[in-house]
Amino acid sequence: MTKRVRASVLLRHAVGLHARPSIKLTKLAKGFESRIDLGLSADGPWVDAKSIVKVMATKAPKDCVIYFRAEGADADAAVQALVTLVEGDFQDGR
Amino acid sequence: MGVSIEPRRLRGRPASPGVAVGALVRLTEVAPIAAAQQSIAEAHAALAGALAAAQEALTALTAELDDADAQAVLALQLALLDDATLTAPAFAAIARGEPAAAAWSAAIDPEIASYDEASDPYFRARGADLRDLRDRVLRSLGGQSEQVVPAGAIVAADDIPPSRFLATDWGDGGLVLRRGSPTSHVAILARSRGIPMVVGVTLDQVETGQEAVLDADAGVLIIDPDPQTRRAFDQRRAAQAQARQQGDPEALGPAVTASGEKVAVLINVAGPAELEALDPAHSDGIGLVRTEFLFEGRGRLPDEDEQYAIYRRLLDWAAGRPVTIRTLDAGGDKPLPGLTRPSETNPFLGVRGVRLSLRHPDVFAVQLRALARAAVAGDLKVMVPMVTLPQELSRCRVLLAQAVAELTRARREARSPPLGMMVEVPAAALTIEDFDADFYSIGSNDLIQYTAAASRDEPELEELAGPSRAVLGLIRRVVDVARQKGRGVSLCGDLAADPTHVSLLLDHGLRELSVSPCALQAVKAAIARYRPGA
Repeated sequence: MTKRVRASVLLRHAVGLHARPSIKLTKLAKGFESRIDLGLSADGPWVDAKSIVKVMATKAPKDCVIYFRAEGADADAAVQALVTLVEGDFQDGR
Repeated sequence: MGVSIEPRRLRGRPASPGVAVGALVRLTEVAPIAAAQQSIAEAHAALAGALAAAQEALTALTAELDDADAQAVLALQLALLDDATLTAPAFAAIARGEPAAAAWSAAIDPEIASYDEASDPYFRARGADLRDLRDRVLRSLGGQSEQVVPAGAIVAADDIPPSRFLATDWGDGGLVLRRGSPTSHVAILARSRGIPMVVGVTLDQVETGQEAVLDADAGVLIIDPDPQTRRAFDQRRAAQAQARQQGDPEALGPAVTASGEKVAVLINVAGPAELEALDPAHSDGIGLVRTEFLFEGRGRLPDEDEQYAIYRRLLDWAAGRPVTIRTLDAGGDKPLPGLTRPSETNPFLGVRGVRLSLRHPDVFAVQLRALARAAVAGDLKVMVPMVTLPQELSRCRVLLAQAVAELTRARREARSPPLGMMVEVPAAALTIEDFDADFYSIGSNDLIQYTAAASRDEPELEELAGPSRAVLGLIRRVVDVARQKGRGVSLCGDLAADPTHVSLLLDHGLRELSVSPCALQAVKAAIARYRPGA
């Protein structure tokens, strides 16, 4: 069964989507089967959330809203996990 | 007697403080790789092999490192290697018949370019990380290995990639670059690991095997130093190793002595660009802005609006903290074409600082008007350099009042900022009670060289370049008079940035120091160890 899920979350990380948080995010995304996209607005442009090249290239600064959309069997869990990661400040507080 | 070799001094900009003594190693650039004739299958295997070798080398290097900053640099490169978005187009190009090296460069170069163009300094600096990865894979494709650097060497290179920096056993060594900047990733790594580093040095006649000392506090590389210089630097290196053992690298909060007394620590800057990578919360404001940078690359002073915009940027960065802007201090070792006199026989004793400004009232008035306008937006202070007689400062005060009056007449918003003076001429220090200054800032570099009648650029006169009893007596005098008058007093200059001298300055009553941003941590650590009378 294919599901489509969307969510958004405020990026509060002190410096924005720098290397360390980007690596954590793409590693987490790669653990899901679903196709997962990331964007900086509700209607894209979208990039592959499993690609460090693409995610870093968004150069997302602090205090911007990150949008996720996922499509696949585990889309719900994927979006939930990614939102939790960003909300939890990438679990490193740095 | 052997052949005597003249020491040579090469100047650059300090990027990470400290000193190093040892043999030079000149790193050469990666040579371009001749395109080997390969079949598509061979090219595919070559790139796959080079990517795997890079992954293996970076993984091994990560395992050897124990600091998080360094590991983060390599983690990004490892993650990039693992990203098909980057590697798939390279393999596709090989399948179309491209040579492996060209295919790899074509895949990664656009990514490098996009970082190089980023406006955010963090993302702009990531270009170097990607270039590092590109070159590692290219070297592997060309069968090249890295030049070996012995531990403790002073490495001289045009530029150095972060992974190369991290793979080097620095020991007591140091780094000198032709390119690079104090905000580059390598500079940040050098500071966090306490490796002295200087950038912007001309390396044309620098060769492997030359003996050298690197003074990264002053930004100077001395090649073939004489024995006295070498000994002096050996001692500084030993003192530095001891200070580092006692220092607290996290000391970025407010500076407080061991007895609980607060000391204000501000930074010296040469322009707004330097502030990009700095957090204003790590200092108590800007104690010295050198406005000579306004001239750089122009040959003329920017007009009032341009200057105003630059001063506003400094105030905005400081977010309410004080910003002390020094009026133009050209002359001496800072000549400016068209303004300073080219034929002065002794520029350090010539028409420089306020002497020059008062002889060019038109140029000076533009700067004073821009300062008076910017003063509305924050805690701006104006400081006049090279004041020798009280009437020089009084004339500046009149000109500042005129500038404010003109602006008010023209219905421009303006405010008369506090007007202070640099105390760097012994004559001024000796009669400091005669000067009507709102605050005093002791310029230790010039005060020392004018008191000792010894150039600070002369390595043989090293022992005259320190804080002698004569200099400390002058400092004490200025501090005492300022206290009696209820005026602020601070010290800016290399003396404040040297942790071994901090206790001496605190002993002499100073409670405000202004230092180069890269000395902040070490100075705060020295303050934290200070106990009066100890």
